[in-house]
Amino acid sequence: MSKPIVATTSLAGCFGCHMSLLDIDERILDLFDLVEFNKSPIDDIKTFTKECDIGIIEGGCCNSENVHVLQEFRKHCKTLVVIGECAIMGGLPAMRNNVAPISECLEEAYLNCVSVQANEEKIIPNDDELPMILDKVYPCHEVVKIDYFIPGCAPRADLIWNALVALVTGNEMELPYEVLKYD
Amino acid sequence: MSKVLITIDGKGFLADSEKTVLEVARENHIYIPTLCNLEGIKPQGSCRICTCMIDGRMMTACTTPVNNGMVVVTKTDELDKLRSKIVELLFAEGNHFCPACERSGNCELQALAYLYKIMVPEFDYIFPNRDVDATHPKLILDHNRCILCKRCIRRKKEAENPTWFVFENRGNHVKINFDHELTADMDDEMAQKAMDTCPVGAIIRKEKGYDVPIGRRKYDLHPIGSDIEGKE
Ligand code: SF4
Ligand code: SF4
Repeated sequence: MSKPIVATTSLAGCFGCHMSLLDIDERILDLFDLVEFNKSPIDDIKTFTKECDIGIIEGGCCNSENVHVLQEFRKHCKTLVVIGECAIMGGLPAMRNNVAPISECLEEAYLNCVSVQANEEKIIPNDDELPMILDKVYPCHEVVKIDYFIPGCAPRADLIWNALVALVTGNEMELPYEVLKYD
Repeated sequence: MSKVLITIDGKGFLADSEKTVLEVARENHIYIPTLCNLEGIKPQGSCRICTCMIDGRMMTACTTPVNNGMVVVTKTDELDKLRSKIVELLFAEGNHFCPACERSGNCELQALAYLYKIMVPEFDYIFPNRDVDATHPKLILDHNRCILCKRCIRRKKEAENPTWFVFENRGNHVKINFDHELTADMDDEMAQKAMDTCPVGAIIRKEKGYDVPIGRRKYDLHPIGSDIEGKE
């Protein structure tokens, strides 16, 4: 049987969840025995070259690029797993959701904030090349269907490992009390 | 005080007739989850987490007095599912950014979510527009995390002190507030007491927080209720 193919990405996240994935220590060697990686920052493959079995998503959707990548993942992966608070509920980026409309957030970031010094022409970036910022930060499951959720900030390495093992072996996931945390 | 005989989870117990089902269960080391309830203040049965099957009906254990011959079932799959849905609703209804919360690891709401192994709420997040009041010298009031359990208000009433905390507005707009004049000379101990009354991170002491490392906080290793359940 060929190995299951895994893709991973970070949307509006901080790469902390990917760091936590690396935190499985020497089990990373077992992981490379168990699965093959496709599009992922781990092997630096930028676009899907194969259909994948498991897609792992870190981060929610804060701009049009995130939505596009997430939809690509849904298209090319049989099973989508979101990892981390940002993917599950927007996380820290979503703290802007209930504070101010996006226009105010951009003005604060580029014009009014005390640390803004070099923007004399008062430019708020708005180039066609740049992804559009969304009105809010959306949890992934409000954009596409998500199959499994792995919470944590970042999820404990053991939790990610247990989830991957369960997915690859088809067994039920081990969920000891101390590995399921929201922070 | 007269005694009654009640059955909880198949075991018979002799109980004071003036006690509630919750109190009798706790005395006998049976954990029934609670949220709006706090030992020492009058129960109000508003969060419904402690719902049990009492004589065949779903009733809140914190407000139901025991009766002779009463039969209580504290745990079934259906009850646990209902309880976990209440927790999910509370997460979806407020803005609970646990990774940035001073209370994380010591929060009763979060601990219940861990107990029920909630990976994600079934409901869409509302992201309500709520503010943070940091004008008081000792306390921060974070409305994003308030679950409106009224523990803060009820505690002071019970203690016959002037009420520090109050509800303002009605219905959907209800929020807690507190008397800045009465609490102007609040010391650290009183501030800590106010913070401890709150089950979540809605009342937070200023200039304090994140002082217990991850791994050593109250609910990091031991589920909520493990100090009650099965202890003799
Ligand atoms: S109050 Fe509790 S549930 Fe809410 S953000 Fe803080 S730790 Fe999380
Ligand atoms: S501030 Fe805390 S104790 Fe008071 S109603 Fe809100 S959640 Fe309950």
